[in-house]
Amino acid sequence: MGSVFLDGNEAVARAAILAGCDFFAGYPITPATSIFHHMLDFLPPLGRVCMQGEDEIASIGFCLGAAAGGAKVMTATSGPGISLFSEQISFAIGAEIPIVIVDVQRLGPSTGSATKGADGDIQFLRWGNSGGLPVIVLVPVDVKDAFVLTLRAFHFAQKYRCPVFIASNKEVGMVRESVDLEVFSGLDEDKGCSCESESLKVVNPASLRTKELVRLTSSTHGVDNYITTDPQVIGDAILRMEQKLLSASGELCCMEVDANPGDSTLLVTYGVTARAAAEALISLRKQGYGVSLLVIKTLFPVAEGELKSEMKGKEKIVVVEMNRGQYVREIERLAGDIPVHFYGQMNGELITPASIVREVLQ
Amino acid sequence: MNTVLNSNRPLFFCPGCSHERVVHGVDRAIQSLGLQGHQVAIVSDIGCSGLFDTFFNTHALHGLHGRALTYATGLKMVHPEITVLVIMGDGGLGIGGAHVLASCRRNLDITLLVLNNFNYGMTGGQCSTTTPASDQTASNFLNKLEVPIDICRVAAAAGALFTEKVMATDGALAETISRSIEFPGFALLDIWGICPGRHLKKNPITAGQLEKKMRTSGGGHSVSIGQDRDLPAEEMEVSVREEYGEHYRRLAAVTKEPQPLIEIESKFSPLTHERTEVVILGSAGQFINTIGEILSIGAMSSGRWVSQKNDYPITVLRGHSISEVVVDIKPITYTGINKPAVIICVGQEGVDRRRKMFAEADADTVIIAFPDLTLPVTGARVIMCDGGNLKLKKGQRGIAALAVLVQTGLILDCDMLNNAIKTRYSGMMADVSLEVVATILTPSLPPEIS
Repeated sequence: MGSVFLDGNEAVARAAILAGCDFFAGYPITPATSIFHHMLDFLPPLGRVCMQGEDEIASIGFCLGAAAGGAKVMTATSGPGISLFSEQISFAIGAEIPIVIVDVQRLGPSTGSATKGADGDIQFLRWGNSGGLPVIVLVPVDVKDAFVLTLRAFHFAQKYRCPVFIASNKEVGMVRESVDLEVFSGLDEDKGCSCESESLKVVNPASLRTKELVRLTSSTHGVDNYITTDPQVIGDAILRMEQKLLSASGELCCMEVDANPGDSTLLVTYGVTARAAAEALISLRKQGYGVSLLVIKTLFPVAEGELKSEMKGKEKIVVVEMNRGQYVREIERLAGDIPVHFYGQMNGELITPASIVREVLQ
Repeated sequence: MNTVLNSNRPLFFCPGCSHERVVHGVDRAIQSLGLQGHQVAIVSDIGCSGLFDTFFNTHALHGLHGRALTYATGLKMVHPEITVLVIMGDGGLGIGGAHVLASCRRNLDITLLVLNNFNYGMTGGQCSTTTPASDQTASNFLNKLEVPIDICRVAAAAGALFTEKVMATDGALAETISRSIEFPGFALLDIWGICPGRHLKKNPITAGQLEKKMRTSGGGHSVSIGQDRDLPAEEMEVSVREEYGEHYRRLAAVTKEPQPLIEIESKFSPLTHERTEVVILGSAGQFINTIGEILSIGAMSSGRWVSQKNDYPITVLRGHSISEVVVDIKPITYTGINKPAVIICVGQEGVDRRRKMFAEADADTVIIAFPDLTLPVTGARVIMCDGGNLKLKKGQRGIAALAVLVQTGLILDCDMLNNAIKTRYSGMMADVSLEVVATILTPSLPPEIS
């Protein structure tokens, strides 16, 4: 089979269609706009719905309404749009409405640089909701990942009934690359996360096609989905919504490890920076340094056990991110006595392999 | 018909609140239309009107302040068979104003009931977008600084085809709600009521006085723009416009299938045996992105892995356009440029943007450029492209430069380039590009090396 040439945004859209996405609503914003264009090409001929909202708040609102009606939904934006989504994200968490949200990150703060990449929204995606309950954040390294992780995102959203973020980056979303065509031909790739059997105590698998009435509410509620002030009921519901994700962190965990026995240093990164790190790793090993590379693809919930296991026995951990230090906070709290060195760059440029080599050797 | 009121959830409003009347009006309207609970979805937001969904045995979606119309829109698009009723107060009307206007323009078959009691009741009687400037509110003097909006006028101006004002105490309330539900498009009912809890004490008014005020307000009791009204031709065209959902489905049904991914087969012997980086520097309008893609497809047709990263400003036909292509024998790791093997210069803006790259380049780098460009000082080898005596248009320079790249023996041969051109272009564009390549690659015209 030959290869195809496409960017991360198109890969996300194609994966969404394959995952059975029924409904997309978006609002144009660089560098996420082409996802909207692709969905507009794909959905209407299939008899499904693609809409352009009057703003980002409306776009995600349309999605939540459609999802309340049982549709598989996705929206896509960049940092400024995530800011406007925030209140609706909290709603999706609290009312347990499945949605895939793609954040093609660009350089912030605020409007920042529309055409420059960054990974500056990582903790914002995790904590940008009122109440602070967990969400799922997946981060692609390349175009193939953008496809595979989007498939998983739909699966996770339906299973756990929560927002699932694809933390893409302009440097993945708008960079084209050659990919084996077979990647796009089916769901085989994704067998690793098939988990239909496990039943989950979620309320309201919404469908308006039956006579059974569907209720979804942003207010604190119990299993009947009516507003309540009963502390016991509220507490139980909050705990359930938290634990449904935290207790599944192992199953949700996706990471790639390149390690040799006896390596003394662990290089930790994610997203597009993992590509420079792979090159840096080759260079470091040629020079005789024992370095392992850990590429994290499920940033949240933090796969604490898996991460600790990779850190075990290392003398030094180096964390590299396209921001001023966000995920390093998670690594630091898990590293125990192992010293953690951080390198971040936030100027719109890719972190180079040479600078990663330099930081590891520091 | 039976009531759709939820007997387990008795009404809970302040004594004398108009909202109670509206709950019963909605119940009677649903009954009179012969609808059962599972055929109706009530979408509500925040504030006292946000309690509505709990009082009914219907589908219910209770969300954020002012955003109820957004949920209703998504829900109606995937369930056109369901009657979707949105309840909001004058608070939701203000905070969600953009969604109200968009809903008017869109004409999706949703009914919006605005429970207008001229203040924010639940939070303690602050002014809203409909509070008269003369009223006393918990917002002290602030409401005196702004004029209230008449949502029926605003909605009509935004394209709503059904806008009506009605008193919560009106004996015909249920019948009016029924008509708004039956309207096959977006319908807005501005339901005026009294808030005894937070607004009435400082602003004493009777239902009769309020009704009189409503009748004398702009547009009067009913400002319905129905299909039967005597309207000028252009407005009539608006008044009979199609319901959004039906219209969407009609237009979607005739959309074309999207282009499938183009499979690039590996059928040529590769010229590259290690990571090779190419930077194409040009100006907007020179198809730099496409030239990069043709180069990439050419390399892929020899079994190589490729990445392409572009850089251009937001303007069209002005400014720089740069494409960075990496070719490798394994999947591309770093997509940036470490040390370019080739710098293709076809436009001055791109060259000026990457001046530093020229200073850093040594004899390992080949520069392909056109004679009229001003190049920075460089240690790289420079090959000038004279266009094979062709009078090249600015937009053809990129293809000409790729032909010169073929002459260098790096990355592409003539077959790969021609194959890539035919893959990416069709018709005239393909013919012209192939002709440019053929002319430049005529053996009588060797490149001039400076």
